[in-house]
Amino acid sequence: MTSAHDIAARVAAGSSATTEVETSLTAISQRNAELNVFLYVDEEGARAAAHQVDERIARGEKLPLAGVPVALKDNLCTEGIPTTCSSKILEGWRPPYTATVVERLLAAGAIPMGKTNLDEFAMGSSTENSAFGPTLNPLDPRRVPGGSSGGSAAAIAAGMTPISLGSDTGGSIRQPAALCGVVGIKPTYGLVSRYGVIAFASSLDQVGPFAANVADAALTLEVIAGHDRMDSTSLPETSPSLVAHLKDGVAGRRVGYVKELVDGSDPDVAAAVAAAVEVLRAQGATIVEMSIPELQLGLSAYYLIAPAEASSNLARYDGVRFGLRVDGDDVAGMNEATRTAGFGAEVKRRIMLGTYALSAGYFDAYYGQALKVRTLTINAFQKAYADVDFLIGATTPSVAFPFGSKTKDPMAMYLNDVFTIPSNLAGDPAVSVPFGRGEANLPIGVQLLGPGRSEAGLLAAAQVLEDAERAR
Amino acid sequence: MSLPDGWEMVIGLEVHTELQTKTKLFCGCANAFGADANSQVCPVCLGLPGSLPVLNEQAVELAMAIGFALHCSVAPSTFHRKNYFYPDMPKDYQISQYDLPINSNGYLDLPDGSRVTIERAHLEEDTGKSTHLGGSGRIHGADRSLVDYNRSGVPLVEIVSGPDMRSAAQARAYAAELRGILIATGASDGRLEEGSMRFDANVSVRRPGAPLGTRCEIKNLNSLRSLQRAIDYEAARHVAILEDGGKIRQETRHWSEDLGETSTMRTKEEADDYRYFLEPDLVELSPSIEWQDRVRAALPPMPAERRATLLTIVSEPTSAQRDAVGVIVDLQLDRFVLDAVAQGADAALAIARTSNEIAAGIDSLANLSLDSFVTTLQLEASGSLSATQAKTVLAEVLATGGDPVAIAAARGFEQLASDTLSDLVASLVEAHPDEWHRFREGDEKLAQFFIGQVMKATKGQANGKAVIAELNARR
Repeated sequence: MTSAHDIAARVAAGSSATTEVETSLTAISQRNAELNVFLYVDEEGARAAAHQVDERIARGEKLPLAGVPVALKDNLCTEGIPTTCSSKILEGWRPPYTATVVERLLAAGAIPMGKTNLDEFAMGSSTENSAFGPTLNPLDPRRVPGGSSGGSAAAIAAGMTPISLGSDTGGSIRQPAALCGVVGIKPTYGLVSRYGVIAFASSLDQVGPFAANVADAALTLEVIAGHDRMDSTSLPETSPSLVAHLKDGVAGRRVGYVKELVDGSDPDVAAAVAAAVEVLRAQGATIVEMSIPELQLGLSAYYLIAPAEASSNLARYDGVRFGLRVDGDDVAGMNEATRTAGFGAEVKRRIMLGTYALSAGYFDAYYGQALKVRTLTINAFQKAYADVDFLIGATTPSVAFPFGSKTKDPMAMYLNDVFTIPSNLAGDPAVSVPFGRGEANLPIGVQLLGPGRSEAGLLAAAQVLEDAERAR
Repeated sequence: MSLPDGWEMVIGLEVHTELQTKTKLFCGCANAFGADANSQVCPVCLGLPGSLPVLNEQAVELAMAIGFALHCSVAPSTFHRKNYFYPDMPKDYQISQYDLPINSNGYLDLPDGSRVTIERAHLEEDTGKSTHLGGSGRIHGADRSLVDYNRSGVPLVEIVSGPDMRSAAQARAYAAELRGILIATGASDGRLEEGSMRFDANVSVRRPGAPLGTRCEIKNLNSLRSLQRAIDYEAARHVAILEDGGKIRQETRHWSEDLGETSTMRTKEEADDYRYFLEPDLVELSPSIEWQDRVRAALPPMPAERRATLLTIVSEPTSAQRDAVGVIVDLQLDRFVLDAVAQGADAALAIARTSNEIAAGIDSLANLSLDSFVTTLQLEASGSLSATQAKTVLAEVLATGGDPVAIAAARGFEQLASDTLSDLVASLVEAHPDEWHRFREGDEKLAQFFIGQVMKATKGQANGKAVIAELNARR
C-alpha cells in the first residue's frame, strides 16, 4: 500500500481523494469477511469525505493527511456512526458527538473508513474478547493479531488503510503492532486528547497511531496531538514536531538495554532485541546494560489500578440512557439484567476485580498498595532516565500466538503485556517498531521507551531500526 | 420546643447549595431552573461514553467566595468519585471533593452571638431528578420512572458544620444566616422552594456534659420550618427511646412534612460502600494566591456587617428595631432603607415601615420607588398623614404603583386643619375635666386617652403627634 506521505502528496498535487478511498474500499472488501478487521465500514461517509477533501484542496487548503484513509478503533466516538467497543451493551448506539482525535484527523484531510474490532472495552490482548468475533492476523489467519487494538493493527498489516488509530492502556497499541509487523506509538499521557475516547482506565488510556512505517506514524501523531480544552488531563503544549526529527539518528545518545524488558521472552525475540541494540551501537549510540527490577512489579499494580478505574468507568452502562436495556422487576433488576446480558466474561471479571480492590476494608491492601507500586515504577524510570536518553527491550514475549492458546488462563494472557505496562503506569511514551522475524517467519516488535515528551527522539531511533531492517 | 430537663440536643447541619453559575460544573450546558425536561443536557452531563469533565472556573470562584465569607482557609484540593448506582446519576458515580476539600476550618457567628464551626465547604455535582409514576410513587414499586437530567451536573457546595448547635431554633438561625451569606456572596439565589438549598440534619441527644450520643441523619429538608420541626421531633424521639431504656440505632431518616414525623430510610448496615477514589479525569485544583485575593477583595459586606451598618442610623436601637433590621437585611432591603434615610426619610420610620408594610408587600416591590417611599415617610413625619394613613398609602403604592400624594388626596387623607384640631381638643378638654386635670398634673398616659378621643371623632384622620402638641400647648 502507498504510504500516507505519498498519498497526501499526490492528493495535494491534484489527484482525487476518491481514488484513494476506492483503493481502500477494495482492499477492505477483499479480506474483511475473512479477517473481521472492520466492524463497520462507512462507504458512503468515506466517499463524501473524499469529495470534501478534493474541494478543500481546490480551494488551496494545506492538508497534511489529504485523502489518507484511516481506520478507527471502535472505542472512538464518531457522530452518527455506530460505536460499540466490541460490546453487546453498546450495540446499535450512535454517539451524538465525535472524539477530538477524529475531528483533528478530519481537519487534516484524513478519511475515516470505518470502525475496527477490539477486545471488549479494550480489555484483552488478542481481540478474542470481542463480542463480534475475533480479528484474524492478516500475516497468519490462524493466529491472533494481538489486542486490544487488534483491528487497527490488522488494517495496516492487511493493506486496508495506511494509518489507523488505537488506544493503549497497558500495551494495546504496541502489542498488536508487534504481532502484526507494523509501527505503533503509545504517546506521553496527556499528549493526545481522550475526549470522545470511551474510557477503560482513565489514568492509563492514551490514543496513538499505527502505520506501516515510522514516518507515517509520526505524521499521524503530529496531527492528533496537542492540547484539548475538553480534556482536563491534556498537556498544555501544542503538538510536537516529529517528522522533522526523523533523520536525527542516535549518535551520541545513551540507550539503556534493560534486562527486565527482555527476560522471559522467547529466544527469537531476545535475539531480535540484541540485534537491534547492535544496530543502535553501530549508529553511534552508547549502550548501557541495566536492570530495573521495579518494572516486574508493574503487572500486578496494573491489574488492580486498571480494573478499579474500569469498575467505575463502566458503571454507566446501566440500561437507563443508551445502548442495551434488558427489563427487570425494578430499576436495580433492570441494571443487573442489562449488565449480565451486555458484558462479556473478561469485562465482568475486571469489574469484579476492580470493585473488590476499591471496597472498604480492602482499599489500602489492594488499590492503595498498587498506587504505591505505581510511584515506585515512576521513580525507577526517572532514575534510569537520569543516566540514559531512552530504553530498549522487547514489545512482547513472543510472536503472534495461535487462537485459543491463552484464553483458558487469564494470567497467561495478562503476561503478554508485561513489557508494555510500565510505560502506561509512568505515563511515558513508547514505540514498537518491527525488527527481525521469529517463529514461522512472523514479525517481532522491538520496543523503545523514553521519558515524558521524548517522542521525537524515540521516533528518530525507531527510524534507525526501520532503515536497518529495510537494508537487510 | 425544648427537651425535658436533663437532656441536651446536639445538632450538626450539612447544607447543599446550588451555585448560581451560568453553566454547569463540568460542561457548558446552561444552569437554569425550570426549562423543559432534558433540554439542557450534553454528552458530559448525560455521562455518555467518552465524555470528560472540565471544571467551571466560575464555580470555583463562588466556592472560594463562600469559603472566605465563612472564614475558611482555601487550600489545594482534589476531586474523587463516589460510586453508587442510581438512575438519576448518569455516570453512576458522583464527582465530589473528599479528603481534600477546597474550603475547611471556618466558622459562622449567629445574630445571638453564638458561633458555629464550619468543618468544610466542598464542591460537587448535583444529580438529575426522578419522578416515579404509579404504584408507591417512590423508586421501589413505581410503575414507571421518568428522569430529567437538566439538574445533572449543576454545581453544588456542601457546607458541613460542626456538631455545635444545641436547639432546633439555633439550627434554624444558622440555616437562615447561612442563606443570607450565600445570597450576599452571589453564590446562591437562596430559593428554598426551588431546591436551591437543601438541609441534612445530624441529630443526637445526651445528658449535658456526657459524650456525644448516637446520631441520626435526617435527609433532604427543604425549608427552615421543616428543618426546625424535624429536629425537634427527632430529638424528642431519641429522648423517649432513651428514657424507656432503649438504644438509638444510627440511621438515615426521612422527614414527612404532612405526618410531622421522621421514618427510617436506611440503617448503617445498609449504607452503600461508595468506593471513593481519586477522579482520574480531573487534575488538582490549586487556585493561585492572586486569584484567591481577587475573589476575597470582591466580597460584598455579609449580613452581620450590613445589620450593624443599618443599626447605626438609629441612636439607641430597641430590640424590636434589632429584629426589624434582621428582617430588612434578609429581604435585601437594607440599601433601600439607607438610601431613603440619605434622602431625608426618618430612620426609625423607615425601619418600621420597611420591616412591616414593605415586607408584607415584597412581591410587588417594583411598584415602590425610592421617591414614593421617602415622600410617604415625610408626609407621616410632618404630621400630614397619621401612622394609620401612612400605612394605608404605602400599601396602596405597593399594590398599584401610584403616587402617594395623589393616593392620600383620593382617600380624603387631607390634613386635619390645625384650627379644626385645636377646636376639637378644646371641646374634649371641656368634656373630660378629670382626665384633663390628671394630664396637667403630669400623667402622660392620659395623652393616649385624648388621642383616642380625637381619632374617634375624626375617624383616624388626625395625627397623634399633632394632638400631643395641641394638648401640651394648653397645659
